[in-house]
Amino acid sequence: MKPRSTSVDLGLTVLGLLLVWQMAAWLVNQPILPGPITVGITFIQEIQGDLPEHFLVSLWRVTASMLLSIITAVPAGLVLGQSQRLNALFSPLIYILYPIPKVVFVPLVLLFLGLGDLPKILIIFLILFFQILVLVRDQAASLRPELIFSVRSLGAGRRALFRFVYLPASLPAILTALRQSVGTAVAVLYVAELFATQKGLGYYIYLNGSTLFNYPAMYVGILAMSILGIGWYYAVDWLEKKLCKWM
Amino acid sequence: MIQNEMISVEAITFNYPNGQTLFEDFSWKVEEGEAWVILGPSGCGKSTLLYLLAGLLSPVSGQIRIEGEKLNRPRPQTGLILQDYGLLPWATVRQNAELGLQIRGFYGPDGTHSPRQPVPKRDVTPWLDRLGISEIANQYPTHISGGQRQRTAIARTLVLNPDLLLMDEPFSSLDAPTREGLQNLTLELQLEQKLTLVVVTHSIEEAAFLGKNILLLGKPVHRQATIIQNSHPIGAEYRKSPAYHALCDDLRANLEGVSSE
Repeated sequence: MKPRSTSVDLGLTVLGLLLVWQMAAWLVNQPILPGPITVGITFIQEIQGDLPEHFLVSLWRVTASMLLSIITAVPAGLVLGQSQRLNALFSPLIYILYPIPKVVFVPLVLLFLGLGDLPKILIIFLILFFQILVLVRDQAASLRPELIFSVRSLGAGRRALFRFVYLPASLPAILTALRQSVGTAVAVLYVAELFATQKGLGYYIYLNGSTLFNYPAMYVGILAMSILGIGWYYAVDWLEKKLCKWM
Repeated sequence: MIQNEMISVEAITFNYPNGQTLFEDFSWKVEEGEAWVILGPSGCGKSTLLYLLAGLLSPVSGQIRIEGEKLNRPRPQTGLILQDYGLLPWATVRQNAELGLQIRGFYGPDGTHSPRQPVPKRDVTPWLDRLGISEIANQYPTHISGGQRQRTAIARTLVLNPDLLLMDEPFSSLDAPTREGLQNLTLELQLEQKLTLVVVTHSIEEAAFLGKNILLLGKPVHRQATIIQNSHPIGAEYRKSPAYHALCDDLRANLEGVSSE
């Protein structure tokens, strides 16, 4: 089990980071690096403006992609993990597709699917889908045959095995996959929101940084995007503590 | 007392996936309420025979009947206990003990996955008490000892009220005192619940202690059942008697005989 940081540790770390940021701002002494106090004040101002809407749009896109990838990749992973034949059939395809950086498909997906949320959700979905698929598949395949035999001897057929063995067994794998990929998901969200949209934190950061030259607001956007990533990371952590007590 | 036939293995042939023949035209019978041990060295196919009896594997030819009915899939009234890894790691002792009941609830009394007659609502608590694991009912399998894990597996099986109990090397990963305690308990429960018991083991001592009847398996291919009867009254005291040691010697000699054929 990995050691978990206490809230005191976390508080001190945040304080340290803010200090480093402030010192860097003093040293650089340029508008492109405002200090945390300036950014903090702007943050409070922006929260009363458009920022919450951009935040919610981005949150929706990441969350929808996560849910979509869970409901598709988990059953697929479980099926592949249970069936050696299907796994043998699909694993070369997964082997080729898995390492491709899906972010390069951003322009392509946008060209095909155009405006709206769908192409952005789809891009993040592509990344999460393969992560979850592979982890869940390997988890399901690594279940000991003794366990399956003994649960079958209690009367379990395919459906009960799925409900009582494969699904709970894959829960840690799902959460690990989510934790590992939530950072990537937010990063790709940023890239996806640079194109063909006027909503979302990616657009907000880009607009303030490159068009309006409102650097404090740009940093507010970066901060908001970090909060989005960290928030999901901790949410997954919390779920793991709640749902995987035996680990 | 008239005994009925519990297990009837009728001229079965079974091959390993690599094509090696394990059983050829092999027949064997077990009466209701008997205590049997299948004794043999590693790789002799004794676990495979147990899985065949459990309905988890099927013979290529011939058939296995349990209580007169041809076996095609695991039978609801048969309990199976394995050496290890049989418990759900993510479930507590109590939840593990309840698993069989949950599975029966999941399917309902369909006659395939659970007995046809509606299952009366059962509570695992008396079984947890009987097996001395109620104190650890809320612990996970990784946090308890090997002996406690096997007690949990036994509770999970017996709460389903089986008539046939199959055990595959159930105590071989346990230390000697724990093992002997559980062997005594197994015999007690077998008499108390009127179970037909089939235990697979590689341990001569365990075979001599648990088996009223011992099926010896040497090197495959198995064509005939070599059976040794144990006519001594079995109980905790029996382990110290000269008869027990004599039977161990006899089994050892016989095992060498069937292995070098």
